[in-house]
Amino acid sequence: MSLLKEPDFGTPAKEGEATLSLEVDGLPVAVPEGTSIMRAAALAGVDVPKLCATDRLDAFGSCRLCLVEIDGRRGTPASCTTPVADGMVVRTQTPKLAKLRENVMELYISDHPLDCLTCAANGDCELQDMAGTVGLRQVRYGYEGENHFDAVKDQSNPYFDFDPSKCIVCSRCVRACDEIQGTFALTIEGRGFDSKVSPGAGELFMDSECVSCGACVQACPTATLQERSVIELGMPSRSVITTCAYCGVGCSFKAELRGDELVRMVPHKDGGANEGHSCVKGRFAFGYATHPDRKLKPMVRDTITEPWREVEWDEAIDTVARRMLDIRRRHGAGAIGAITSSRCTNEEVYVVQKMVRAAFGNNNVDTCARVCHSPTGYGLKQTFGESAGTQDFRSVAQADVIMVIGANPTDGHPVFASRMKQRLRQGAKLIVVDPRRIDLVRSPHVEADHHLQLAPGTNVAVVNAIAHVVVTEGLVDQSFIADRCEGFAEWAEFIARPENSPEAVQPITGVPAAEVRAAARLYAQAPNGAIYYGLGVTEHSQGSTMVMGMANLAMACGNIGRDGVGVNPLRGQNNVQGSCDMGSFPHELPGYRHVSDDAVRGIFENLWGTALLPEPGLRIPNMFDAAIEGTFRGLFVHGEDIAQSDPNVGHVTAALAAMELVVVQDLFLNETAKFAHVFLPGASFLEKDGTFTNAERRINRVRAVMKPKNGMHEWDIVCRVATAMGYPMHYDHPSQIMDEIATLTPTFAGVSFDRLDELGSIQWPCDDETPQGTPIMHIDEFTRGKGRFVPTPFVPTDERSTRRFPLILTTGRILSQYNVGAQTRRTANIAWHQEDLLEIHPHDAEDRGITDGDEVTLASRVGTTKLRAKISDRMPTGVVYTTFHYPVTGANVVTTDNSDWATNCPEYKVTAVQVALAHPVVMRQEEHALDGVLAAELVD
Amino acid sequence: MACWPQNWWIDMALNAPAEIRMINNIAAHFGYLHTEQAATAVADHIKRFWDPRMKQRLLLFVASDTTDLDPVAVTAAALLR
Repeated sequence: MSLLKEPDFGTPAKEGEATLSLEVDGLPVAVPEGTSIMRAAALAGVDVPKLCATDRLDAFGSCRLCLVEIDGRRGTPASCTTPVADGMVVRTQTPKLAKLRENVMELYISDHPLDCLTCAANGDCELQDMAGTVGLRQVRYGYEGENHFDAVKDQSNPYFDFDPSKCIVCSRCVRACDEIQGTFALTIEGRGFDSKVSPGAGELFMDSECVSCGACVQACPTATLQERSVIELGMPSRSVITTCAYCGVGCSFKAELRGDELVRMVPHKDGGANEGHSCVKGRFAFGYATHPDRKLKPMVRDTITEPWREVEWDEAIDTVARRMLDIRRRHGAGAIGAITSSRCTNEEVYVVQKMVRAAFGNNNVDTCARVCHSPTGYGLKQTFGESAGTQDFRSVAQADVIMVIGANPTDGHPVFASRMKQRLRQGAKLIVVDPRRIDLVRSPHVEADHHLQLAPGTNVAVVNAIAHVVVTEGLVDQSFIADRCEGFAEWAEFIARPENSPEAVQPITGVPAAEVRAAARLYAQAPNGAIYYGLGVTEHSQGSTMVMGMANLAMACGNIGRDGVGVNPLRGQNNVQGSCDMGSFPHELPGYRHVSDDAVRGIFENLWGTALLPEPGLRIPNMFDAAIEGTFRGLFVHGEDIAQSDPNVGHVTAALAAMELVVVQDLFLNETAKFAHVFLPGASFLEKDGTFTNAERRINRVRAVMKPKNGMHEWDIVCRVATAMGYPMHYDHPSQIMDEIATLTPTFAGVSFDRLDELGSIQWPCDDETPQGTPIMHIDEFTRGKGRFVPTPFVPTDERSTRRFPLILTTGRILSQYNVGAQTRRTANIAWHQEDLLEIHPHDAEDRGITDGDEVTLASRVGTTKLRAKISDRMPTGVVYTTFHYPVTGANVVTTDNSDWATNCPEYKVTAVQVALAHPVVMRQEEHALDGVLAAELVD
Repeated sequence: MACWPQNWWIDMALNAPAEIRMINNIAAHFGYLHTEQAATAVADHIKRFWDPRMKQRLLLFVASDTTDLDPVAVTAAALLR
């Protein structure tokens, strides 16, 4: 067995110095105040028998198995709930304790099916272990009495079974749902012998509030809650620690296998980002890696109307190289380029941008971060000097006021949301700035103190109004500003202007001025105020301005440079941070250094042995425009589905159709592949060796648990294309790529695979001065020296609601699906979300004669689509909402070309639309009418 | 069911050229500066972030017609020549 089992100390660790000394079974040990005897014993090397205790949960004291004797005290207290006192002498093994434990186990086993040999948890069952530990040899009560053997299984969840006949009612599942996940979906129903675990009010798991995070399954000491895959495949026999390939939280997992077959993904307790927690996607939705849709052979075709032809790798690579070179010869170096993927490893991204710069001979490389967090890179670089979030995730545990702006963590970043909710339940205050009433606004034991339900597109007006209150009411941190910042006077004069007051902007934002003032005071006066934000900030025409606005606010209140504060982007995909770090932007080399910097360029030119261009290349939207114009003709798309994820799909597909060569490297023949001439099959994250960097700058190792099913590593494919184009690129192992990155990039100077294996993970910057990495940035000074205040005028978007398009559409994601759905749609997660729905306010629906479930048309000035309506008052009147997980609905058919002024990040969050009941005949008429309107406006 | 717009060109034509829209947008966001400072900031931004062919297209548009251009953008464009 090489199955990795982390030690379990029984109760959570307590912080502080180990000032209390005690003796456990003759072994001395010192622990911090508040530590339980059980944990102290474990630290001394003594495992006290236990069933209801685990160090992920607060002590509960129900199983009565962990009893101990303490010299000078009467009785046999439970070691999990008894805190250590200085000088204690504890005995965990005495004849009296042995008898008591045996009696307890006897009672448990008298109502437990004795099917150990055929039980799915055989070999991984704590009840089984404890029976052995206490030396149980008989059950005097027999098995004929009243029992729960016939309790009915709940198999409603696609990923795990609930078998109450095996339940010992230890409450670990209930407590895990409460304390770790924070959903409170489970309870113990009934009393005494009738006590039983129940999802909701006696519902099935699938009908309950359960979010399938797996915390209950993880906590269960028996086979009561058991992964379906373990039931079907058997207990795994080996573990590989790797990193999830879904969102930017970057959870560490133990991939547990039997041979080469992946049985389950178990969250890794030592994972810095997740510390043993998971969500439904990372924990369970890995089946796409072996889905029959997956393509494993390279394919080529001369034109996009021809059928695909499977070829060997050599022919595919030669085709890419030959056709790229041909375009370059005929149209110049600027006619070709590539898009890197935030789903791929740092090493893969690095070689793609290197291929573009060194082999293609230009800077036409961009990344899918363009369409999500590029304003974060710009805004934080301008103000703080580094294009990254300031904190580690653990920092939220020290926050007193948490401001969540344009993010929906419980759906988009669920594992971080659980951390945040833990802190909120401890009493931290919450401000939510969002047009939609997200779950955090009001959920079990969490309620926002202020929900600033602003009109879409008015973020900057709101953050300016908050800052206006801070400045005009004297709430600024003068000493922080004086010591650490510059440009304050100019900014303060700007922000104090009457037009930025909450009262002045209320007609624009729709947020009551008093609410803004109260929220501003709360944030500014908190000992620690932290800002967390998502794409609801960045995906606007003023996305970069808003990022700078939040940075200004944090600096004004001194909320930078320590635990519990900061400005923290919640990154969408697993390696958004890393793909940006690796030089994926057309204006920046790895480490966010501008291509025009001769000294920096010289470093790369020396090592790469080729001249590099000093001017920026095309960004993704510019590539599309240039393709339609005819100056951009060859595109290598690495692991992104731009024909579904990017806005104004009609424009994107027109650009793709105009190109001479589109190369797609992906797991599946996605929407973009419909326009491709070469398809290069990719490797799933389970087959990759490399690193991902999460939203807290944490570089995590991605370890291959199986060989690439496509027969070739993705970094090697890229290297071969570059080599075939005449620029030799060769590495024996991805660790050599990271070594090259570290050589060229100061913030990665101390990073290597060996160092990552040693430390588990590293948060950059990591160099000689910070060999362990940097969990919190800008502690003594900002990366750029002084933090820079930048005035942030509110410039409204050009996208306005009109008589024809009177509603505003905003888009987002949901818990069970991910991005364009290419992965999650190929898993059982479709049980929760089978189609994209249009959320519409009851008043707007009534005005249009729409009822829940009706099929409706959604039309904007650029396109029309059809989907089903969901009546919901989460949105204010005048605003509708949908997701973009299904190509069949194609939400991005209606989103427009509007983009952030500084970075061209698309304005997904504001599109003027009309919604109407869809009737087949009417639909065609409306399309026709729409075309007519467009044509008429064109003539005008 | 998505309805792919066949006439994307209508949308393109409905709007000002991308480069004009973009420079006007950039100029608006530097609107807190005095005109000359703003123009310099706009020009610097374009130098740092735009592909050369976009600058060329912008200058071609500006050479033929500045009707749709923000005054700051006009000054900025002159700095790019």
